[in-house]
Amino acid sequence: MKEIIQDIKKRFNCTDEVEQSKTQAYITVQKELAVALITHLKDIKGFTHLVLLTAVDWIENNQFQLTYMLNNPTKKIDLGVRIFIDRETATMDSAHHLWEQMATYQRELKEMFGIDFPGSPRLNEQFILEGWDNIPPYRRDFDTLKYAQETFFPREGRETNDPAEFMKKKMYPDEEK
Amino acid sequence: MKKNNKIWQGDRSKYPAFDEYGNPIIDLKSHKLTKLWHGPNHPGVTGNMSLELTLSGDEVVEAKTHVGYLHRGFEKLMERRLYIQCFPTCIRMCVPEADSNEYVLAASIEDLGGIEIPEAALWMRTLILEMARLQILLRTVPGQAATLSLGMGAQWGMYLRDLILDRFEELTGGRIYHMFIIPGGVRGLLPAGFKKRMEENLVEIEEFIDKIEDLIFTNAIFKKRTIGIGYIDPSWVDKYGIVGPNARAAGYSRDVRKDYPYLKYNELDFEPYVGKNSDVFTRSQVRKHDLIQTIDLIRQILAKVPEKGDIRAKTPNVLHWELPKGETYQRSESSRGEYGLYVVSDGSKYPRRVNLRGPSYTHAVALLEKLLINANIADVHSIMVSLQTCPPEIER
Repeated sequence: MKEIIQDIKKRFNCTDEVEQSKTQAYITVQKELAVALITHLKDIKGFTHLVLLTAVDWIENNQFQLTYMLNNPTKKIDLGVRIFIDRETATMDSAHHLWEQMATYQRELKEMFGIDFPGSPRLNEQFILEGWDNIPPYRRDFDTLKYAQETFFPREGRETNDPAEFMKKKMYPDEEK
Repeated sequence: MKKNNKIWQGDRSKYPAFDEYGNPIIDLKSHKLTKLWHGPNHPGVTGNMSLELTLSGDEVVEAKTHVGYLHRGFEKLMERRLYIQCFPTCIRMCVPEADSNEYVLAASIEDLGGIEIPEAALWMRTLILEMARLQILLRTVPGQAATLSLGMGAQWGMYLRDLILDRFEELTGGRIYHMFIIPGGVRGLLPAGFKKRMEENLVEIEEFIDKIEDLIFTNAIFKKRTIGIGYIDPSWVDKYGIVGPNARAAGYSRDVRKDYPYLKYNELDFEPYVGKNSDVFTRSQVRKHDLIQTIDLIRQILAKVPEKGDIRAKTPNVLHWELPKGETYQRSESSRGEYGLYVVSDGSKYPRRVNLRGPSYTHAVALLEKLLINANIADVHSIMVSLQTCPPEIER
């Protein structure tokens, strides 16, 4: 693992390497070199299994972190490749040509985080949400509670009542307070 | 090895022409094609997902997976919860096998927090995960035949699964969701007489395996409807991220328990069963061997599990527990294959991001859409169930 990290650090100017365990490490690479690094890892270093692709919203830094978790099934090691992209423009190069399931991950990230991957197949087709017209819901500034309250409440029959007062009113409607 | 389209070929007289990239040109106005929604309310569909099929006669020309019927935003909800509060949310990301969720979340918290688990708790966790595998395989192994209208084995399987749920209830208090694995360890040791009752259940399940061998695996109709159907080319395994029994049926020995030993799996004697033909029949056989192996593993675990000892490591107060800044990915082998959780901590009491890697994410979308092309419509749900898809883990 150390040799691989040293090698890619030299070739792709990777930074911030963290060795989480003997078989798992994370590194950061610039956005422009990311697809080249991932291709190198897949084709040369044997990281043939794409475990996952996901995003983390660092709203305070105005950045999205994309994590490509790659696995080498022969050496049985994992490498997490981190890329930080600007939150406002939120665009990343597509890597759908490397793995067939990559397009699904990118489609989900477009819908849930609003990150664009130009050229990725079926990118703008709805994946999980239907008729969504709000900001992408997995962004940190999307308030789930507020959205639920505005969208689903008040709903008839779901008011909160004091049980004693409610029953009194129901059973003895004519009785004065 | 034969591909399904070599065995069966539909009426091609109305099959659409191909474009320059080799994809069929879908023109519904030509009246040669039919659009059919397979699900979400369909007895052959596992869970709430649907397939949008375009058919030429009874041959599938194009298939698209549609999910979203179950989306509750679990990953987002967890970002607003304390780590201990994430457990009731996390376990719902795959209902039939909730214990893998509990384990990967607890393992992620322990990895970030640097916590060592006591010996007895490791054994109890291994037992729980194997019991979970046993109960789900009792559903899925005969369930494959049920997709072809041979439902008797599935009914026997459901009865036996209920016996294992009784053991779960005895051990944890819950039947489906157990919440037995907690950060730092587990909630208890084996109750008195548990081993004896479990052994009685295992003997009954072994008799059931002999019965389904006769009922299903030597059945001429089952063989005719599954051999050569839903063929996965071994070269697709890495290309499509295929894991677990589906990869093992394609000749790859991929098993997280063996490749990345966790808990006490390195002290257990087992070898993953690897198939050759990579069709629906082989995948069913791999799962049947997994079922036999799980029974053996449970016996090995019960022989070794300590009856006394610490079951929980000392952890900080869970209501004020701030994990150090960092990220980790923890995996386990569920009955469907590699099941992992990626957790990012920003140093606060709440996870910054939790992302589930479920096997169905690739199996039920990219792979299924590819596998269904040129399949007979009558084989669609058989192929889908053979991949053991679980929609909640796609749309977390």
